[in-house]
Amino acid sequence: MLLALLSLVLLPFLRHARNRLLSGQPIDTLAALGQAGSIWTACLGVGLLLVVWPLVRPTRLACWAGLLGAGLAIAAAAGAGAGAADHLAAGAASSSRTSLGAGTWLFGAVLLLIASDAARRLRYGLAGILPVFGPLAILLALGTLAPLSLLREYAAQHDAFRAALVQHILLVLGALGPALLIGVPLGIAAQRRAALRRVAFPALNLIQTIPSIALFSLLIGPLSWLGKIVPGVSGIGTIPALIALVLYSLLPIVWNTVEGLDGVPRDVRIAARGMGLSPAQCFLQVDTPLAMPVLLSGLRITAVQAVGLAAVSALIGAGGLGAIIFQGLFANALDLVILGALPVIALAVATDLLFRLLTTFSRAALGGAAR
Amino acid sequence: MIAFDRVTRRYGDFTAVDDVSLTIESGEILVLIGASGSGKSTLLQLINRLQDPTEGTVQVDDEDVAGIAPEQLRRRMGYVIQGGGLFPHWTVARNIGTVPRLLGWDRARIAARVLELLDLLRLDAGRLHDAYPHMLSGGQQQRVGVARALAANPSILLMDEPFGALDPVTRAELQGEIRRIHAETGCTVVFVTHDMDEALSLATRVAVIDRGRVIQLGTPLDLLTRPASDQVARFVGTADRGLKLLGFQRVADRLRPSDRPDDTARHDPISQDLPLSAALSAMVMRGCDRLEVIDAQGTPIGTIHLADLVRLA
Amino acid sequence: MTAFGALLALLLLTTFGLGHAAPFFAWLFPGLDQPIYRQDGFPALLLGHLEIVAAASAFAILLGVFAGIAVTRPGGREFRGLLETVGATGQAFPPVAVLALAVPAMGFGASPAIVALALYGLLPVLQNTIAGLENTPADIRVAAAGMGMSTTQILLQIELPLAAPVILTGIRLSVVVGIGTAAIASTVGARTLGLPIIVGLNASNVAYVLQGALLVALLAITLDQGFEALIRATTRWRRAR
Repeated sequence: MLLALLSLVLLPFLRHARNRLLSGQPIDTLAALGQAGSIWTACLGVGLLLVVWPLVRPTRLACWAGLLGAGLAIAAAAGAGAGAADHLAAGAASSSRTSLGAGTWLFGAVLLLIASDAARRLRYGLAGILPVFGPLAILLALGTLAPLSLLREYAAQHDAFRAALVQHILLVLGALGPALLIGVPLGIAAQRRAALRRVAFPALNLIQTIPSIALFSLLIGPLSWLGKIVPGVSGIGTIPALIALVLYSLLPIVWNTVEGLDGVPRDVRIAARGMGLSPAQCFLQVDTPLAMPVLLSGLRITAVQAVGLAAVSALIGAGGLGAIIFQGLFANALDLVILGALPVIALAVATDLLFRLLTTFSRAALGGAAR
Repeated sequence: MIAFDRVTRRYGDFTAVDDVSLTIESGEILVLIGASGSGKSTLLQLINRLQDPTEGTVQVDDEDVAGIAPEQLRRRMGYVIQGGGLFPHWTVARNIGTVPRLLGWDRARIAARVLELLDLLRLDAGRLHDAYPHMLSGGQQQRVGVARALAANPSILLMDEPFGALDPVTRAELQGEIRRIHAETGCTVVFVTHDMDEALSLATRVAVIDRGRVIQLGTPLDLLTRPASDQVARFVGTADRGLKLLGFQRVADRLRPSDRPDDTARHDPISQDLPLSAALSAMVMRGCDRLEVIDAQGTPIGTIHLADLVRLA
Repeated sequence: MTAFGALLALLLLTTFGLGHAAPFFAWLFPGLDQPIYRQDGFPALLLGHLEIVAAASAFAILLGVFAGIAVTRPGGREFRGLLETVGATGQAFPPVAVLALAVPAMGFGASPAIVALALYGLLPVLQNTIAGLENTPADIRVAAAGMGMSTTQILLQIELPLAAPVILTGIRLSVVVGIGTAAIASTVGARTLGLPIIVGLNASNVAYVLQGALLVALLAITLDQGFEALIRATTRWRRAR
């Protein structure tokens, strides 16, 4: 295993390249490092040595060193890239851009893989990866990475980016809220009435199967038609996006509400009623806590799904980070694409982590009583 | 013939089988009995190489099993586990035919053998041939498991607590089937159980296992009359040993042939082939101290007295 | 007629018939001078769409199933933990973002779409293969080994058939998501059923959008039902009475 990962590490070295957008010229590692300065090269070297350690001998100390090394190496690679970019910019036209090449990205991905393995061995799960981004974050804050085209793009689009990010988060929250308000009661009702279950699940399943872009689009017709009658209703924009997002979010929430409530052992309920708890009290004090972990798990899936769907909704004019992605795609501005796509992924993964933590807490709070 | 020669099986610090030397004769039913975790299942699995010894050798028919490819070895033996381990996605017929198919028998031969086995295990071929395991009762599933193990006419049958999950009535039925099949085929049976009654009723010989060692090897009668240690005695059961002993001899062995019964004993005669324990039980139920004995045709041939029962050594 | 059969018929009918439905769409949207998308034939778009999904799925299935088998064998267990962690994070990646990131790496056209779909679709197949194989009841495994079946025979005759429903569910998910992502891939230059939608959105032609969306939705539902039928077929033995 170690050998396999080791060879993977060696590969990116051979493809380290920095492209120059307008002429698309690749620049390889050694040349870049030469231009970037010896500090970066030294950090990179140290980082790599540390990273290799847990591969050879996975002790706790080695894993910590590996995490540190990964953070160092990633930051150093980025820093070296910025340093080289700075150099290149000095001797070229002001409209030229230097961006990180495929090799660097692959290098980063492999390092993250190694780091996540080290984090797993340390039993911190994925949260253990966060410290790896520490050095990189520091560099970002200090502005050292500014010469890279990605950050120049960000600097240029600063306000638009911020607005898009906010809009994206609003879309997600705006979908989750109503979905919970509709979905949970629906789930509770469906859990009690088999007839409702038989109708609700196939319908919701059908909606889930329809690809998001199709659902967004299918809503345009009726809604714009409605817009001719009722002023203010439009087929495109935030509202239709929210409607579709809510519809998509319903299935996981309803399903998990039902599953969670189904999972409450019958004897527990009978005991509770036998002790004199009213149906409402029983529900609040027994059913809800026991079903909560399952519901939270469903909420996690819903939220992560919503982040992705919100990106697609940019196509029908709902804004959000997807707008940046598609703007980049249509204009062939690849840095813009990365500027939009990376935050979406980061947002999705962060949401996933957040909810996993919440679920773990709720399970712990029950002391193992829940599934 | 199966021979264990100073076999030890260790996992890390734990010794499952400790320096065991044991010979299982061809054609006998050897029961391995012991508490949970005593190593009896491990001993069984050493025979068909589901486990390999850390030290020592296991020989089957004078061949060291370590030198035989595991798959080849296992296809020569029948292996029955608790519940049967039937493949749920195959019909009963397909399940039974598994080893013959592995051995490359032709279709017609397999089909005929399946019917033979269904008959041997008293299963209704009409209803069960194409049924799936989940449609069968526990007892039926276990019967299919035994049929499957016998499919390729193995000379050795390995059984690992096969009847543990069944109710007492079904268990007794199946024990009877094993005795019958053993009598008909003459195969060597190695049977693992933790139930002493089961062991005593089936075994030619019993090996009592404790913590990986054989602490006694002998016939059921040996175990009852001459337990090697207090531990074995306790395992055999101290409270009802006498009753168990009565199970090992028949009425025919103790009857008084010349005696003619008086009226009180005339009504429910007892067959001479029944064990003495049945006679005792009948006497208790009827509140008398002697019974008329009849032979297989129903002819009275003598009497059996309570005093004769108690006279056992 | 099965649900799948009916849907398949409907899909084909719509694909080939939509080109002739100009009067209908003209009636629905009187303001438009181009009620039917004509830049590409709908059958050609459907084919292009299916090609991308098929290519990516083939890769995802082959790699996913093989990797899933490899990781559940004694030799491969070391990788299991790593795969789980990667899988857990990978699940959270939105398909759109993966598609978008494929462009800087591979340019525009069908290739980034196939690569992104393949990578994204790999995960459900892999995870479900692992789950399905690991759920083989232990006593069945012991019985099979004890009867003399080799590990390959056990894998092919026992483990895989029993795991088939779960594995197929993973493939189903992978394919259905793939159909949606392939539609979005029109934004990166792939010739799929998403093209009428994108063109329609850019030109404010609601009819185009509807036509594309209708076909995409039908395609997804049809294939989904197809898988449903396939999965039911692999578990027929469970329903025998």
